[in-house]
Amino acid sequence: MSTAIADPAVMSAPKVESTPWLDEAPRREVSEDLPAWYLDLQNDAWKKFLDTPDPTRFDEEWRFADLKKLRFARLNPVESASAPSSIVARAQNDLTEDYAAHFVFANNELIHSEIKDLPEGATCMPINQALEEHGDLVREHFMKEERSLGGDKFAALHAAATLSGLFVHFPKGCVAEHPVVAHHYVGGELAPIFPHTLIIADENSDVTVMDNFESINEGEQSLAIGVVDLIATNGAKLQYVAYQDCSDTGAKHVQINNTRVGRDAQVKSAFINLGAAWVRNESLNRMTDNGADSQIFGASLATENQEYDQRTLQCHEAEHTTSDLLFKNALYDKARTIFGGLIQVLPGAHHTDSFQTCRNLLGSEEAEANATPGLEINADQVKCSHGSTSGQISDEEIFYLQARGIPAEKARQMISFGFLNEAVQRLDNKDVEEYISDKIDAKFRELLA
Amino acid sequence: MSNNSLQITDLHAKVEGTEVEILKGLTLEIPKGEVHAIMGPNGSGKSTLSKVMAGNEEYEVTSGSVTMDGEDLLALEIDERSRAGFFLAFQYPHEIPGVSNANFLRAARQARLPKGEEIDAIAFYKEMYEKMDLLGIDRKFTGRSVNDGFSGGEKKRNEILQMMVLEPKYAVLDETDSGLDIDALKIVSEGVNAMRSPERGFLVITHYQRLLDYIIPDVVHVMADGRIVKTGGKDLALELEEKGYDWVTQELAPA
Ligand SMILES: Nc1ncnc2c1ncn2[C@@H]1O[C@H](COP(=O)(O)OP(=O)(O)OP(=O)(O)O)[C@@H](O)[C@H]1O
Ligand SMILES: [Mg+2]
Repeated sequence: MSTAIADPAVMSAPKVESTPWLDEAPRREVSEDLPAWYLDLQNDAWKKFLDTPDPTRFDEEWRFADLKKLRFARLNPVESASAPSSIVARAQNDLTEDYAAHFVFANNELIHSEIKDLPEGATCMPINQALEEHGDLVREHFMKEERSLGGDKFAALHAAATLSGLFVHFPKGCVAEHPVVAHHYVGGELAPIFPHTLIIADENSDVTVMDNFESINEGEQSLAIGVVDLIATNGAKLQYVAYQDCSDTGAKHVQINNTRVGRDAQVKSAFINLGAAWVRNESLNRMTDNGADSQIFGASLATENQEYDQRTLQCHEAEHTTSDLLFKNALYDKARTIFGGLIQVLPGAHHTDSFQTCRNLLGSEEAEANATPGLEINADQVKCSHGSTSGQISDEEIFYLQARGIPAEKARQMISFGFLNEAVQRLDNKDVEEYISDKIDAKFRELLA
Repeated sequence: MSNNSLQITDLHAKVEGTEVEILKGLTLEIPKGEVHAIMGPNGSGKSTLSKVMAGNEEYEVTSGSVTMDGEDLLALEIDERSRAGFFLAFQYPHEIPGVSNANFLRAARQARLPKGEEIDAIAFYKEMYEKMDLLGIDRKFTGRSVNDGFSGGEKKRNEILQMMVLEPKYAVLDETDSGLDIDALKIVSEGVNAMRSPERGFLVITHYQRLLDYIIPDVVHVMADGRIVKTGGKDLALELEEKGYDWVTQELAPA
């Protein structure tokens, strides 16, 4: 890679009047059949949604964002997906080599579930079912994060909406070798889905979950607002992957990960973006007790007019905590990416190691990668670094592959694939790694053929 | 023009887009079945010669020719040269993050098959493992990214592994011995010796006579300032080791 230190590529844009995100508030459907505390939470969230102003690009958290791309005239109520059995078949054909459990949701409804090989004591079920059966745990952890990286209005709408998604609880010592996989499909013009994922990994447990977001049909305008709560305590190991390959032309995807890592626990989380017209990823990581480690990875392939907007926070709240972030974007055509990351070391969080890197591979002159890394250190004996680079594939790299008989085009494909795959390799689960690598490989074969 | 050798004739090459000439009329012939060594001071153009043969576009050939068994090597694309049977083990092998060694080798082999034909993965892995064993490369290297984070010696071994998997007609080894410890030097030399055959020619670039104790050359050339200035038998290497390059260059200097 030939690289150059990139300044924030574009400075503040000329001021224009901001347009509303949604012209019409969505119709709210309330089910009375829920615990009182949860109905209260939903009602409060709905109020918050109505009261919170739309983001504008003058907000620091939305700097560089092209909010016109997120605009909706309205959101239609979602309808049950037609032909669910064909959707289930599609999901089953799109699985990792092996898995512990598999769930398929379409338009906020569970249409398939299979528990294959879960360790004894582990729970894995739709979250609305967990609300009944594990109400206390859900109540303790569901959307408890008060800070926001800018997407609080979307999070509020998510909380106010119909509950769907996955609840995963791995109690003490539960270990699964293979991942829990959930497919989330969205279909219908102007349809919104609100998948929630809540994962709790207790003492010395080890769990990997992959959410897979896709559109049922190509070209429809749709919206997914996903919120993920990741909680790992006491030596637990939790891995979470948000794999997103929605329709390039119509789908908008907002995904907010709130991660809380306790004593000696580790969370690895990854955003994989291969689709959607517009994406907003937020990853808020809090290392709340000694020895906590959070690793955050991104691998995104942006083409045409796609825009991927990613904001992250690595907040160190205790001593001897570590975090490492690596986001990689490959950009083509007129695609845009935005990375805004902050490392925060709070007073008292001594002996912290925290790293943050965003790398962009520019495959066209018109593609635009923006990056604003940031650091705020309020403790001693801290090791921190942050940086971002943008560059093209170098002739020397291509030469090396060509010199082994690989044609230039194929060499380009392989190097680009490797560029993104480097982030994927940081995961610790063969099933998930292979699944994602194959998908990225296939995309590049198509793109750079 | 020989149909049975790698033949370099009066080769001139400069850095593309400049007037900096590096190869200044170099002539050399490596018949099939022979091992030739090139020694020469730093900056004399040894790596440039090897890269020019491989087709690196940093350099422009201004005159002269390179033929491989009679075929005009310079007329071929970089990848075509490799598929035609030319191999260069690089002095500084490149790193390719995110691409596993196994997939890289597999792609190189796949590129040699006719369109539409798929490589036999099981046979390929078996062969790769055998060759890795021969070179003392741990199996975990199949899954690691090409040269990424490899030590200097590991990179060099990996180059030889590639050579063994690709089975070229002519191989140029550019300072493959630098960075190898003594054991690795022996192992790598054994690998090269195992590949010596009447059907294959080698050009070994080195600074150290020691390598030539293991890979015994048929002919030794001395290169200075972009040309071959002296050619002899394997004893020439010993003489160079003893007397240094000044001896050759002074011998050549006009009185
Ligand atoms: N791309 C280039 N641009 C400018 N000068 C170059 C370039 N490539 C090579 N040179 C110069 O040409 C000369 C020959 O370099 P080369 O790498 O071929 O030497 P070498 O004989 O392989 O040396 P060593 O024994 O140190 O490996 C050197 O002076 C080098 O600086
Ligand atoms: Mg050299």
